[in-house]
Amino acid sequence: MAGTKEIRTKIKSVQNTRKVTSALEMVSASKIRRAQDKMRASRPYARLMRQMIGHIAKANGDYKHPFMRERKDVKRVGYVVISTDRGLCGGLNSTLFRKLLAEIRQHQKNGVEVDIVAIGQKAATFFRRLKVNLVGSVTHLGESPQVAQLIGVIKVMLDGFTEGRIDRVFLCYNDFVNTMVQKATTDQLLPLPPSDTLETKHDWDYLYEPDPATVLDSVLTRYVESLVYQGALENLASEHAARMVAMKAASDNATKLIGTLQLVYNKARQAAITQEISEIVGGAAAV
Amino acid sequence: MSTIRCDIVSAEEEIFHGTVTMVIATGEMGELGIAPRHAPLITRLKPGQVRVKLESGDEQFFYVSGGILEVQPQVVTVLADTAIRAKDLDEASAKKAKDEAEKLLANRSDAMEIAEAQAQLAQAVAQLQALERLRKNLKH
Repeated sequence: MAGTKEIRTKIKSVQNTRKVTSALEMVSASKIRRAQDKMRASRPYARLMRQMIGHIAKANGDYKHPFMRERKDVKRVGYVVISTDRGLCGGLNSTLFRKLLAEIRQHQKNGVEVDIVAIGQKAATFFRRLKVNLVGSVTHLGESPQVAQLIGVIKVMLDGFTEGRIDRVFLCYNDFVNTMVQKATTDQLLPLPPSDTLETKHDWDYLYEPDPATVLDSVLTRYVESLVYQGALENLASEHAARMVAMKAASDNATKLIGTLQLVYNKARQAAITQEISEIVGGAAAV
Repeated sequence: MSTIRCDIVSAEEEIFHGTVTMVIATGEMGELGIAPRHAPLITRLKPGQVRVKLESGDEQFFYVSGGILEVQPQVVTVLADTAIRAKDLDEASAKKAKDEAEKLLANRSDAMEIAEAQAQLAQAVAQLQALERLRKNLKH
C-alpha cells in the first residue's frame, strides 16, 4: 500500500492548488466589471478635451503649442510603460515587454536613445535590469488608480519634451479588447498627432482668461495625463481578464490531473487487494 | 426661462450632466456666473465650488480642485481636476517619481535577488528530494 498513500497526498495537494486558482479566477472575474466601468467613466473627459483642443487649434491657426509641433531630428525618445503590479496573469506583461524590446532595439540601432518611465512593479523590475535609461517610476496604483498618482511620472516626460531632451514620447500598455483578447499597444503621446475629424465647423472664438497659450498649455497637459490614465485603466482591465483566463486554464488542468491521478490510485489499490487475496488463498492452500 | 446644457466631468468620472439655467464657478480671474447665451469663453478654474441652478430652481454644489471651464454657444463644460494642482506640488511629485527610479537602479540587490535566490533554493530542494527518492529506490 506504499504507492497509494503517496498518490493520495499528491491528489490532495493538486486539489488545494485548484482551490487557490479557482478562487483567483472568481476574484478577477468580479474585478473586470469594475475596471470596465471605470474605463467607461473616464471617456467623456478625454472626448470633451479633444473637442476643446480642436476648437482652440482651429481658432488660433498661427499659434502652435510645443506639444503639437513635430520635430524632424529625433535623437531621444521616451516610453511610458504601463504594467501590472502582480504576476499570475499569463503572458500579459511578457508580451508587452517583448514588443517594446523590439522597438527599443530598433531605436538603438538607429542611434536613438531611449528613456523609460515605468508604471507598475513588473515594468520597474524588468527595466532596471536592461541597459535603458529609467528616469521615473511609480508602483502600486492599486485597484482604482487615480490621476494624482500619475502626475509625477508624466511630468518627468513632459519636462523632458519641453526642454528638448526628448523628441518623441510613446505610451505602452495592454489594450482591453475583450475578456479573451488583450492587445499590447504603443501609442504616440507627444507630439500630439493632429486631430482630424474632430474639428467641428464653427465661426466663433473664445474669450480667453488669461490667454490662449496658458489655457492651451494646461489643457494639453491634462489631456496627456488623461490619456495615460486611460491606458492605466485599460491595462488594469486587461490584467484581470488575463488573470481570469490563466487561472481558468490552471483550474482545468488541475481537474484533469486529479482525474488521472485518481485512476492511477484506484488501480494501485485494486492491485494491492488482489495481491493480498491471492496471498491468503495461496497460504490456505499450503496448509 | 432659457436654459443651457452643462457637463461637469473629471478624468475619473462624470460628475454632472443636465440642463441648467445658470452655472457659477470661481475662475482664475474671478467669480463667474454663466447664463444661457453667454459669449464663448475658456478659463482656468481655481479650487472651489461650482454651483449649477437647475430648471426647478434647485441648486447643486460640486467641489472641484481646479480645472478648466469652457463656454460654447450650446453647452458649458467643466473639466474638473481630481487633485490640487500647483507648480511646486507637481514638481514634488515628479521628483518623487525620479527618486523612485533612482532607488530602483541603486539597490538592484534587494527584492529581485531575494526572489531569484528563492527560486534557486526551491530548485535545489526539489533536486535533493529527487536524489533521495532515487536512493530509496536503489536500496529496495
